Amino acid sequence: MPTTAPAFSDATASDSALRRFLFGLPGVDAVGLEARAASLGTRSIKTTAKAYAIDLAISMIDLTTLEGADTPGKVRALAAKAVHPDPTDRTTPRTAAVCVYPDMVATATAALAGSGVKVASVATAFPAGRAALDVKLADVRDAVAAGADEIDMVIDRGAFLSGRFMKVYEEILAVKAECGTARLKVIFETGELATYDNIRRASWLGMLAGADFIKTSTGKVATNATPANTLLMLEAVRDFRAQTGVQIGVKPAGGIRTTKDAVKFLVLVNETAGEDWLDNHWFRFGASSLLNDLLMQRQKLSTGRYSGPDYVTVD
Amino acid sequence: MASAFEYAPAPESRSVVDIAPSYGLFIDGEFTEAADGKVFKTVSPSTEEVLSEVAQAGAADVDRAVKAARKAFEKWSALPGSERAKYLFRIARIIQERSRELAVLETLDNGKPIKETRDADLPLVAAHFFYYAGWADKLDHAGYGANPRPLGVAGQVIPWNFPLLMLAWKIAPALATGNTVVLKPAETTPLSALFFADICRQAGLPKGVVNILTGYGDAGEALVTHSDVNKVAFTGSTAVGKAIARSVAGTDKKVTLELGGKGANIVFDDAPIDQAVEGIVTGIFFNQGQVCCAGSRLLVQESVQDEVLDALKRRLSTLRLGDPLDKNTDIGAINSAEQLARITTLVETGEAEGAERWSAPCELPSSGYWFAPTLFTNVTQAHTVARDEIFGPVLSVLSFRTPDEAVAKANNSQYGLSAGIWTEKGSRILAVANKLRAGVVWANTFNKFDPTSPFGGYKESGYGREGGRHGLEAYLDV
Repeated sequence: MPTTAPAFSDATASDSALRRFLFGLPGVDAVGLEARAASLGTRSIKTTAKAYAIDLAISMIDLTTLEGADTPGKVRALAAKAVHPDPTDRTTPRTAAVCVYPDMVATATAALAGSGVKVASVATAFPAGRAALDVKLADVRDAVAAGADEIDMVIDRGAFLSGRFMKVYEEILAVKAECGTARLKVIFETGELATYDNIRRASWLGMLAGADFIKTSTGKVATNATPANTLLMLEAVRDFRAQTGVQIGVKPAGGIRTTKDAVKFLVLVNETAGEDWLDNHWFRFGASSLLNDLLMQRQKLSTGRYSGPDYVTVD
Repeated sequence: MASAFEYAPAPESRSVVDIAPSYGLFIDGEFTEAADGKVFKTVSPSTEEVLSEVAQAGAADVDRAVKAARKAFEKWSALPGSERAKYLFRIARIIQERSRELAVLETLDNGKPIKETRDADLPLVAAHFFYYAGWADKLDHAGYGANPRPLGVAGQVIPWNFPLLMLAWKIAPALATGNTVVLKPAETTPLSALFFADICRQAGLPKGVVNILTGYGDAGEALVTHSDVNKVAFTGSTAVGKAIARSVAGTDKKVTLELGGKGANIVFDDAPIDQAVEGIVTGIFFNQGQVCCAGSRLLVQESVQDEVLDALKRRLSTLRLGDPLDKNTDIGAINSAEQLARITTLVETGEAEGAERWSAPCELPSSGYWFAPTLFTNVTQAHTVARDEIFGPVLSVLSFRTPDEAVAKANNSQYGLSAGIWTEKGSRILAVANKLRAGVVWANTFNKFDPTSPFGGYKESGYGREGGRHGLEAYLDV
């Protein structure tokens, strides 16, 4: 079993110790947090800075398709797009990963072999997470066996909201054990946790349990990634590294559709966690339609003209 | 700051504002030269570039302006409130329409970042006029009985830290209640008041209702001591405020003074730390700390002192100091060479008295007036930097152990303008706020302003209230 960062081994010694630790974290003032996120949202990112941000954002995308209607053909098309996002400009960076359901991992792995683009798979009865632990672990094993480089798990929000933090913690540990070398992203579904205090607690719970990434949401509920909840999670990984030396990634997912939005998130990263996180090993966007907007803005920067949706590929 | 993500320059365009090479005094609806023909230059503090040359008012000009205001008072005060409201609403809308131009102008003349003039100063200026426009026809319901009367001619002297906003705080309630005004802006920031004069003409405001006299302290003195002025409103230093109080003693002039401050920002160990750090930054580095209600003393509970200081230093290292017109600038220029010298002297005193200085690692431009965000630790109540108003980007950090000690230290000041309380515990907010002798107490925020909220001080921070319903009283014969 992976072990908790030594600085906090006491925090996870028992159910009550974990609860005390999580409730001992500083509170979050919602008004202040949102004001800070909004104020960073007014940064004006132009010319060279914009070009840098667009390429960085493209390289950070987990290009995602999570539909009941997904087919191998659809996944192969997405994989091709991840490798060459803009067929007219081969200098365009590749996306970080393609994110699919476990049964599509083999298809994605085959399509992406040798490209450097990772295969990420949601697992653990995504998106609700309402299944027995054995079923969730089997889901993870299946995805890892099929070649997934990264696993995006969901936490048991029911357990979290009813205060059974140790259950959530142990479940993450168990999933992490199944991951082997695959990196583990822990999805909190922040829209269901509802309060910023809960999001901070969930962030620390996930980090203590060995998450490689903490991730906002599934994209399947009403409220997904927001500048404020992402800022809060960036504060958590910043503080965690300061106290343990362990760096953990952040992945906002769902609802980030425009270049303007993506650039705002990168400003949050830059001015909160710092430049060490400005790399797709440490920050990802869970998104699909975002990529085309980034490509159109990229074309605009290089040609001086807006191209339009006919000049980027549909997924 | 060498970073992978280097923000490219993003300057707001100067072309939206057309600054004339020279300006006159605005008296009785016309721009005119000073009687003795004197002029002075106004410079941009970030570059020391001369922006324009403006007339320098003397005693004769003050007399002329007061006479114009007196003459206009008769008709203006007799207008129904709803008619006066129309003019104020019109002014508010013109300010909104011209807000970008005014924001750029204010940034050029004052040195503060465009982010602040655009997002704080100008929206508040317009809001103030809208708010008092709403009161103009409802004065019967303000709590002073039926048909409360205006005072007459108001002589108003404002500072350079929020030139247009302080003008709005002074002029909007004065006009809403039926007074006429003679206003003197600070000598280092005369331009936005002159643009406001143009807005008065654009709005068709009757001649003489608003008069603007640019000039130095002698003009201000002539104004507040003029025998036909009924109301004196001053925002500025405590020393000048005391002189004004002495000069009007024995007259029937009504006076409001909004003077200095040494606000305490109190951070308890159960505070939302990340937001408290933001609040500390807003409290003392907003407008380069040139704010009378700045949270210039940080009182932090000992049990979280190290954590808060580490976070604060890390945060200050990300502040972007430089061209005030750049949309990404957080810290602009100090308003004048004189103010910079004052800040520098006080900081040297702090060091000489043994306080430990830390300044954010940022490069200062070679021309203009600049001071890096600075904090002092190892500060006690006995240090000059914990007692004197620095009026610059300098924070003094003190610690406390118990709530009573926090209150005692916060109140141990000659001033009493503002304070902040940071805690997640609601009952503590109420308990501490009730014990603080400060005109404004912010809870889990700092430097938030709203026209509906009264503002003013205790002790040497002055008397009278501006803003809200309370702000009407200063301009009514009640």
